[in-house]
Amino acid sequence: MSILLLIEQVLNGLQFGLMLFLMAAGLTLIFGVMGIINLAHGSLYMVGAFAAAGVAGATGSFALGLVAALAAAAMAGAIVEITVIRRLYTRDHLDQVLATFALILIFSEGTRWLFGSFPLFLDVPAALSGAVTLPGGIEYPLYRLAIIVIGLAVAAGLFWLIARTRIGIRIRAGESDREMIAALGVDISRLYTLVFALGAALAGFSGALVGAIQSVQVGMGEPVLILAFVVIVIGGIGSIRGAFVGAILVGLTDTLGRFLLPVLFGFVMDPSAATSVGSALASMLIYILMAAVLLFRPTGLYGRA
Amino acid sequence: MIRERYLNLAIMLALLAVPLWAWVSDEPFTITLATRVAILALAGVGLNLALGLGGLVSLGHAAFFGLGGYAMGILAHHAQTYTPLMESPFLIEGTKSMPVIWLVAVLVSALAAFAIGLLSLRTTGVYFIMITLAFGQMFYYFTISWPAYGGEDGLSIYVRNGFPGLNTLDPIQFFGLVYGVLALVLVFSATLARSRFGLALAAARQNEERVRTVGLDAFRLRLMAFTISGAITGLAGALMADLNRFVSPTMFSWHMSGEFIVFIILGGVGRLFGPVVGAGLFIILEHILGGLSEFWMIYLGALLLAVVLFARGGLIGAFSGPEVGHD
Repeated sequence: MSILLLIEQVLNGLQFGLMLFLMAAGLTLIFGVMGIINLAHGSLYMVGAFAAAGVAGATGSFALGLVAALAAAAMAGAIVEITVIRRLYTRDHLDQVLATFALILIFSEGTRWLFGSFPLFLDVPAALSGAVTLPGGIEYPLYRLAIIVIGLAVAAGLFWLIARTRIGIRIRAGESDREMIAALGVDISRLYTLVFALGAALAGFSGALVGAIQSVQVGMGEPVLILAFVVIVIGGIGSIRGAFVGAILVGLTDTLGRFLLPVLFGFVMDPSAATSVGSALASMLIYILMAAVLLFRPTGLYGRA
Repeated sequence: MIRERYLNLAIMLALLAVPLWAWVSDEPFTITLATRVAILALAGVGLNLALGLGGLVSLGHAAFFGLGGYAMGILAHHAQTYTPLMESPFLIEGTKSMPVIWLVAVLVSALAAFAIGLLSLRTTGVYFIMITLAFGQMFYYFTISWPAYGGEDGLSIYVRNGFPGLNTLDPIQFFGLVYGVLALVLVFSATLARSRFGLALAAARQNEERVRTVGLDAFRLRLMAFTISGAITGLAGALMADLNRFVSPTMFSWHMSGEFIVFIILGGVGRLFGPVVGAGLFIILEHILGGLSEFWMIYLGALLLAVVLFARGGLIGAFSGPEVGHD
């Protein structure tokens, strides 16, 4: 095992974590502001990826694909909020789980009906294909590096939006006392639609970015959704900062675990057994991390008690 | 409005009548469908103890369903290949005997439910939902990446396991066995709900502070309920594995957990027979809509959405009116 390989895996983990952050940030915002648990968030991720693959395939432009992903996911989010989610604010979590589970069925089968069961492919744009040599002689794919930079930029933008802008102030006010800001004359239902569309756009954007690395297929959002839940549980519900720390932690733990555990077990076992035990254990690692955080901080790292 | 008790009796008789009619008219496929309904209903009855009575929205019950299934798969796999499960420190051999497999399935899933409950019951509400979902997925990914028992491909068992005195390969006899188990668990579940434990658990759902005031520990009550609930769902998993003679990681998939909740909602939350009606309706819909269109899940999703948004109380609620004494 060389140190270069390790650094490459750290970068992969960072990239994975940042994409998880885009998912988790939307989920945690939606929960924090509206008190809704949205299982269909993974479907919005999928909508973004399909929109990007469809438009990029038709026009040949990756940038147009990204724009389409943002627009399609935000639009799908706004429609879902207005038609379904709005009726769930006063309901208990069980109803929310079921209604959003029903939305997953509709989104997944609807996409299968439109695009078929075969995966689509979204090509990495020509300007970002190939590898770059980082200081220290590490060859790293340019596209993944670009994703890291974009992810960091979006994260910074989101922090700025929440902390510094008028909309951010309203969102935070909505989190702490929704009746009061309604009384102060803020159109609360428009704010909710906006937050939901924003969360959806973030999910769709990350779906499109990841879609160029993996294949674009029905159900692609669900594994990411569950990881985003783990991120939120670790970070604390409603906290954007928690989502960021949690996402990076989960991204690094998962990627490095898959890389290091088989190597570590290799010291005490024969190679084939080490690979199977190591990879099986690595698949459980983030859940063990989540359990450990729960033991010491049941409301997550940055959660309010 | 019909009294819920008579409705329940009618449901139970219908579930018995359909496969008997199919047996007389020699349609083994219908018997298999009815067996599936009974097994899925059993899993739903298990979840309903935690969800309906205890108010614990678990989105991870597929973990126990899968564990029960794999308990059967692993034991029967070792029996059919004549390899011991473990040689040191003492010898454990596989088995093809259903009662033994059921016992192992119940114990293993109860143990897992206890451990998961111990961690996740420290939290409530939406945290609890996400955590149970995450732990459920942990088992899913573990089975996929663990190659010893088939990994992603699953395990096939060639001959259905045996039950003393019955020929389990005969569909109607296997149905009878499953039906008997379901009936026993329903009686157990009704007794439990009316017992001191059940009343305290329901009270903890309605008002935790009052329960604490009278000196009861809500956490313990919930942990107990979650463990029993997991054990019953595990038993259903073992039966499902025997019905299909096949286990695979999809038993652990979170769609499975979602479907269990769907059974309960379609039938009516907190109703003893809710999951039985819900599972029946689900299979009938799958059969009818599946025949109409390849994309039948869209219709199922739309129907489910309509039930959640507009028809609270489920099917039993629609026939027997609001439940007395339910919050």
